[in-house]
Amino acid sequence: MTLKICGGEIVNPAGDKSGKLDILIEDGRIKAIGKDLGEASQTIDAGGKMIFPGFIDIHCHLREPGQEYKEDIISGTKAAARGGYTAVCPMPNTSPVMDNAAVCALVMERAKQAYTKVYPVGAATAGLMGKELTEMGELAAMGCVAFSDDGRPIENGAMMRTAMQYAATYGAFIMAHEECLDLKGKGVMNEGYYSTILGLPGIPRAAEEAMIARDIILAESYGLRVHIQHVSTRGGIEIIRAAKKRGVKVTSETAPHYFSGDDSLCRGYDARAKVNPPLRTCDDVEAVKQGLLDGTIDAIATDHAPHHRDEKNIEFALAASGISGFETAFSLAVTNLTDDAGLLARLFAANPANIIGKPGGVLKEGAAADITIADMNIEYILKEEDIISKGKNTPFIGQKLKGVVTQTIVDGKLVFDGEIL
Amino acid sequence: MILKSKDIIGLYDMEADEISYILDSAATMKQLLLQNAKKMPHLQGKSIVSLFYENSTRTRLSFELAAKYLGATFSNLGVSTSSVNKGETLLDTGKTIEAMGTDIIVIRHPLAGAPKFLGDNFSGHVINAGDGMHEHPTQALLDMFTMKEKFGRIKGLSVAIIGDISHSRVARSNLWGLTKLGAKVTLCGMDTMMPPGIGQTDAIVTNDIKEAIRDTDVIMALRIQKERLESEFFPSIREYHKFFGINEDVLKICGKDVLIMHPGPVNRGVELSSAVIDADFSAINTQVTNGVAIRMALLYILTRRKNDDA
Repeated sequence: MTLKICGGEIVNPAGDKSGKLDILIEDGRIKAIGKDLGEASQTIDAGGKMIFPGFIDIHCHLREPGQEYKEDIISGTKAAARGGYTAVCPMPNTSPVMDNAAVCALVMERAKQAYTKVYPVGAATAGLMGKELTEMGELAAMGCVAFSDDGRPIENGAMMRTAMQYAATYGAFIMAHEECLDLKGKGVMNEGYYSTILGLPGIPRAAEEAMIARDIILAESYGLRVHIQHVSTRGGIEIIRAAKKRGVKVTSETAPHYFSGDDSLCRGYDARAKVNPPLRTCDDVEAVKQGLLDGTIDAIATDHAPHHRDEKNIEFALAASGISGFETAFSLAVTNLTDDAGLLARLFAANPANIIGKPGGVLKEGAAADITIADMNIEYILKEEDIISKGKNTPFIGQKLKGVVTQTIVDGKLVFDGEIL
Repeated sequence: MILKSKDIIGLYDMEADEISYILDSAATMKQLLLQNAKKMPHLQGKSIVSLFYENSTRTRLSFELAAKYLGATFSNLGVSTSSVNKGETLLDTGKTIEAMGTDIIVIRHPLAGAPKFLGDNFSGHVINAGDGMHEHPTQALLDMFTMKEKFGRIKGLSVAIIGDISHSRVARSNLWGLTKLGAKVTLCGMDTMMPPGIGQTDAIVTNDIKEAIRDTDVIMALRIQKERLESEFFPSIREYHKFFGINEDVLKICGKDVLIMHPGPVNRGVELSSAVIDADFSAINTQVTNGVAIRMALLYILTRRKNDDA
């Protein structure tokens, strides 16, 4: 069984072959990149399209086990494949929490049927409670690529230091959800003009920035590595930028909504715009874009957070936080950030692969054939009924977006070709 | 005139001419209110339900009397005894009240946006009687009506609002309404009681009470929620009164006759001294009377809107 991709333009910042070349895939691997590669049993005409290394989402929520009414590993990875992802990293805040080998084994078992590769992130502390370390050694050996209490901060600084050191023992690292709960208080949206207009308690930017600063100082003090999740503020980006200049081992990600919308989307108490960290001001949106363009922020991760309709169709303060993101991430990036395909390949594929230390992010002969093909020019209106994730919760419904993933190939198998296969 | 929205959620989204129209209608209603026989047919056959998730004395009673003076059926859903405590969502409570043929729901709720959410899911009219820190539009309308009654206009008036601006829905509704009609609004309180981003509004902001009241026409003191705020946002009632309390000494700064207002209930000796509360330039009791007139006007305007639509 061979598969050939013809006529497209290869975008391959981490590899040495790019431009108008064909790709021949055999037995799940890239056999050749070049011209005149001969016949194949199946051919994809990629004329006018861009061929990327498969996208890797280092931050998402698949909700299984425990909250399958929101999403499950199958439905979630279908949506991920539609968004161009060939691998995803689900966070451990499931029910029960993925803080032990039994839950990890269940996720890995279910992942065998998934539409993408699944590289789970294990809990850093038992039950995400910030009190006791998890058995990171065992979890890493089972396939966890990193550890995080995502959804909650590790409030105690001493515990964060210990978790960072302990993870490093096994070649892993902490992905940090940065939020000072004292400063957050009862906040439900960004603190500022719009929270005052709406009379909703605000979440100050300082709640995020203070914790980013703390964890960068910990990483710097002990020579450890830390990854900052879902950066949303100008101040946070400036702290990271300065730390990188000093040589601190820090990487960071942001989500598409932080460069695509600001806190004005909460007007009318639209709970689809409720997310944590909250959508910030238009000034922060500009800073997030700049951070992505200049390399301060290494990766775009979706923070795909599917929720049931009833959890969003409720008073704003009671609504669940989170945005369904797999299927819109690429379009939002092309629409709101850049049409520089090389930069997109770094932010969606090459850098995420480096962060989690997994193969991928590059198209080269002999590598697993994880490939994303996209048309950068197609425009469409995002419609709720077109979203295939169980979670339809996105504030971007009705917006005109540009750039569409047309095919997703995982280990040489075409899993998405305009529809899930 | 027909209001553009079927619900009364807040003054931020209301047009200036809509506000003026409501104030004018309230003047007519006040005439009716002051006559001997307080039973009018304007709302005959209409059903109004009040749904209060927070305590209230005057607002709820004032809506009830307004509805009854105009001949409507008025029912109060006692939230503590209803199925709300069994975990029923506001969405379902709204649907239930709708199914019983209700024309208007008057709602007070601790969460900002709850009245808007109810209105989006209820075919009748919703009136916001106060939601979280968002708005209390009927209070601001009765305040503006009281000012207009005293000064004959809103445009050009200087209004100083003193106290916990940050948590106050009354301050917000007054700010939006008064500035739309051309008044100058000064907000005064300690920095811990100023909402973020307030500098982006049309308000003048100060923490110097003398500056706030020097040339003002109206002083509106806000209720300090002692039990909630003390020690979290300011150290003591004593210090609050010393710097932000209004007494006769402070009033000597005012360059002219000033109207004293307060949405009630007043903490005597905290926001206002007893002498100021009981002075003849205090409009606190007039505000209560005008509250009934404003609510009569709103109920009438909303139900008429429905007839016009049909």
